[in-house]
Amino acid sequence: MAQQRVVLTFQRWQLDQPITYRLVKDFDLVTNILQAKVTPDEGRMSLELSGLEQNIEQGIKWLKDQQVIVYPLATGLSVEKDSCVDCGACTAVCPTGALELDKDWTLNYEEDRCILCLACVPACPVRAIQERE
Amino acid sequence: MKTYEEINEKIRKGRAVVLTAEEVVALGREKGVGHVAETVDVVTTGTFGPMCSSGAFLNFGHSDPPIKMQKVWINDVPVFAGLAAVDAYIGATELSEKVGFDYGGGHLIEDLIAGKTVTLRAVSYGTDCYPRREIETEISLESINQAFLFNPRNAYQNYNIAVNSSDRALNTYMGILLPNFGNATYSTSGELSPLLNDPLYRTTGIGTKIFLGGAQGFVAWEGTQHNPKQARGDNGEPLAPAGTLSLIGDMKSMSTRYIRGAYYYKYGISLFVGVGIPIPILDEEMARFVCTGNDEIFATAVDYSVESRAKPSFGRFSYAELRRGKITVNGKEIQTAPLSSLKRAREIAGVLKGWIEDGQFTLTAPVRPLAGDWSFKPLNIVPPKTEAVSS
Repeated sequence: MAQQRVVLTFQRWQLDQPITYRLVKDFDLVTNILQAKVTPDEGRMSLELSGLEQNIEQGIKWLKDQQVIVYPLATGLSVEKDSCVDCGACTAVCPTGALELDKDWTLNYEEDRCILCLACVPACPVRAIQERE
Repeated sequence: MKTYEEINEKIRKGRAVVLTAEEVVALGREKGVGHVAETVDVVTTGTFGPMCSSGAFLNFGHSDPPIKMQKVWINDVPVFAGLAAVDAYIGATELSEKVGFDYGGGHLIEDLIAGKTVTLRAVSYGTDCYPRREIETEISLESINQAFLFNPRNAYQNYNIAVNSSDRALNTYMGILLPNFGNATYSTSGELSPLLNDPLYRTTGIGTKIFLGGAQGFVAWEGTQHNPKQARGDNGEPLAPAGTLSLIGDMKSMSTRYIRGAYYYKYGISLFVGVGIPIPILDEEMARFVCTGNDEIFATAVDYSVESRAKPSFGRFSYAELRRGKITVNGKEIQTAPLSSLKRAREIAGVLKGWIEDGQFTLTAPVRPLAGDWSFKPLNIVPPKTEAVSS
């Protein structure tokens, strides 16, 4: 089983397409929607695809054929250690505990638990947290 | 019983016993308060949190020809100049006129302490003695005369626990509060916090020498909103925000490790201020105060979604509970998070301990106690009966 995280951007005219359904049905992929946002102009979805490597490849090719813009999702966050003051404000909004203060009250970032919701980015008072590709 | 003189004599000889406010709680629980009173001379405290009521006085020196600066901006942040010709005050929460929330007074203070060059711009109406009407020049902390932090309100003795009962996220000075009691934030370093170790202000008063921003500073006055009459537990500790301190210190000796600009999302700019206050263990009562631990200090959970001055509260929780990471509010278990750095608070208490052990920092008895019978008045809206002064 392979896994890949992607960001899909749809145009206005594609908004009514059941894209994740087709990925599941036609390419036998497990789709986990990490984040989705639809505005009047476009749709954007962060998606984790799991399945056979060739199926993921074909699924992404199909998406591109449908003129969906496909980007690899940022793989994680970067926490600038020199800026970070270990205050803990980011841990207040982290839904998965990926950002946590350890026993010494040092901020710890555990990438495996991060779903890249990015709630922590505005919550950081010293702007130490950024998306990383 | 010990006197300040006896303790200072021990400090000078390098024989003073100094513990941090965390270490002394452990010692008190092991050996008792009496043992602490007998053996410990000084306890050091620390806090590193956002303190909006902070700022700095500067004196730029005179240009040639000189100017009576009427409106002043530094890095596009307006600074108050309604003082003598080249004096000004940077308020920590002031916003840049160019980039708004991206830069403000707190960041400017941090940049100056970092030794960065900043741009000073001023305009004036010109006088016979100050003919210049405009100036734009680079300055740095080194190039100007006085630069001292003068913070009207720091070191809040206890503070609220913030929660949000509404169905939308709130952007506040207590951080981002998630809807439906999604989280709870708190901002006091608990048993390490300066005034929670001297709850009745016995040893902290006007003139007390302290750690401020990495340098030696002083308590200038009681802080704004100082409220010693707040409800207290039997141990003397306030159960909600109570005392505050106005602090002063030389920016030229400070470090950005302990003074940092901060931006709270859609709320505004503030300043992280590192403060540490030494507590002399004069007698058993002071020993009892410093031995009070996180499980004996309580804060009140307050609903920040209520848009009125009096906000409903949801009970009291100890700092031990808050630090364990979960409290139960309104029947729901919710995640807690601090907003002030406990790690850096601990570091500050350690640095101050080192200064005292090295004999370079002696203790100062208050010149005058903080005002004791002050209560916190609201601002009631009274329609003005008379016109403001007009020409």
